[in-house]
Amino acid sequence: MRNFAYARASSLDDARHLAARPGAMLIAGGTTLLDLAKCGVAEPEQVIDITHLKRFDVIRVTPDGASIGALAKMSHVADDAAIRAGFPAVSEALWQAASAQLRNMATIGGNLMQRTRCAYFRDPATFPACNKRNPGSGCSAIGGITRNHAVLGASESCIATNPGDLAVALVALDAIVHLGERQVPVDEFFLLPGATPEREHALQAGEMITAVSIPASAVAKCSTYLKVRDRQSYEFAAASAAVGIEFEADGKTIRDLRVALGGVATKPWRAREVEKVLKGKALEPEAVKRASRLAMEGAIAHGANHYKIELAPRVITRAILKVGGIA
Amino acid sequence: MTKPIRVKLEINGKRHELLIEPRVTLLDALREHVGLTGSKKGCDQGQCGACTVHVNGERVLSCLTLAAQVEGRAVTTVEGLSAGGADLHPVQAAFLAHDAFQCGYCTPGQIMSAVACIKEGHAGSDAEIREYMSGNLCRCGAYPHIVAAVREAKEALS
Repeated sequence: MRNFAYARASSLDDARHLAARPGAMLIAGGTTLLDLAKCGVAEPEQVIDITHLKRFDVIRVTPDGASIGALAKMSHVADDAAIRAGFPAVSEALWQAASAQLRNMATIGGNLMQRTRCAYFRDPATFPACNKRNPGSGCSAIGGITRNHAVLGASESCIATNPGDLAVALVALDAIVHLGERQVPVDEFFLLPGATPEREHALQAGEMITAVSIPASAVAKCSTYLKVRDRQSYEFAAASAAVGIEFEADGKTIRDLRVALGGVATKPWRAREVEKVLKGKALEPEAVKRASRLAMEGAIAHGANHYKIELAPRVITRAILKVGGIA
Repeated sequence: MTKPIRVKLEINGKRHELLIEPRVTLLDALREHVGLTGSKKGCDQGQCGACTVHVNGERVLSCLTLAAQVEGRAVTTVEGLSAGGADLHPVQAAFLAHDAFQCGYCTPGQIMSAVACIKEGHAGSDAEIREYMSGNLCRCGAYPHIVAAVREAKEALS
């Protein structure tokens, strides 16, 4: 790991001012930044420690919704009783991510900023070509070992999967990312790679995530996060789904439905077609199964990741039936 | 710009003042500068859990924590687990009783993680213990005995 200078931010404005300097990067939990610095992917000249800022770790839940400070730890949010009651998909996505130690370190803001686990991205010594790391250098993953790569939202420049769990739940529940004064819907916060895979977020230089807010709703209250992976714990998703459901008074007809996918796309992936087709229909296994396949419209396999096109709809189906109370 | 910085740490209740490069992790500070080698360097990338310590009572990975970041926060390592160093902590005793290791390299991390796991209230069943101890890898595969030790220590501590 290359050496860097260390500065401790004393206020939000101080943090943003210091972070705007060339070569400066914010550090919170450090679980992504220090890992990537050790891999030779991140080479900050200065790290700005924001973990000593006060009052940015508050979790507040009111009848209108939840507001989670950017510095709240993943573990604290996962275990928060009001989050578990009003937004179960958020709690479940969090406690199924990483390990207990990492969840005690990683913050909610930092979690949204985590980088892809693409093995080619993470190994610059062996694979110099990576458009995300070094724009215009090519993509080593295309034509390589692609078991964990994206089948949705990829481009000719990049097929790296967004590895997040929390963000999938947030996209399903229409959460808002707060950047101080500016607010961005979480679905718009994450960018598709297109021809510029080095740009992953709507964050501008000198901006910092200050909070995430989630509107309270019936779908949020009746939601779940289903994560399927190669091993049962401490692993990234092969495919995951965040689903929320609300029924009409008859208890059978779907009034509102939210579906988002993880582990299969270049950004947390909202499956709006699945939602649209099932809204107004009765919850019925065959209909759910058929509708779930719509999430894979436009999916492209790159060799070994083809299994995700079959797996992801099954995960969606199981999540919908589970949260709908018939599985 | 990247000259050494002065960092004041509180480790196992004792104050230390170090002159270290800003990039020095808490793990390297403990092992190379303070001389506390109980916390182990396994992967050094946040994947194995051998470096687990407590910061303000919560388990974290010292290999992905900068020493400079924990100024003003209480650090506890496996050396500081039993008060005064006299008797073994109940979790340490349970690991001995259940032979919850083979080579022992991951053991300090396992023990620090287990103490926190019990304190968090995440040791309610064998399945929960396995889930909440999954961040500590044991390449010898002593997992069944580790689960048994955590289960027994949880009983002893409740």
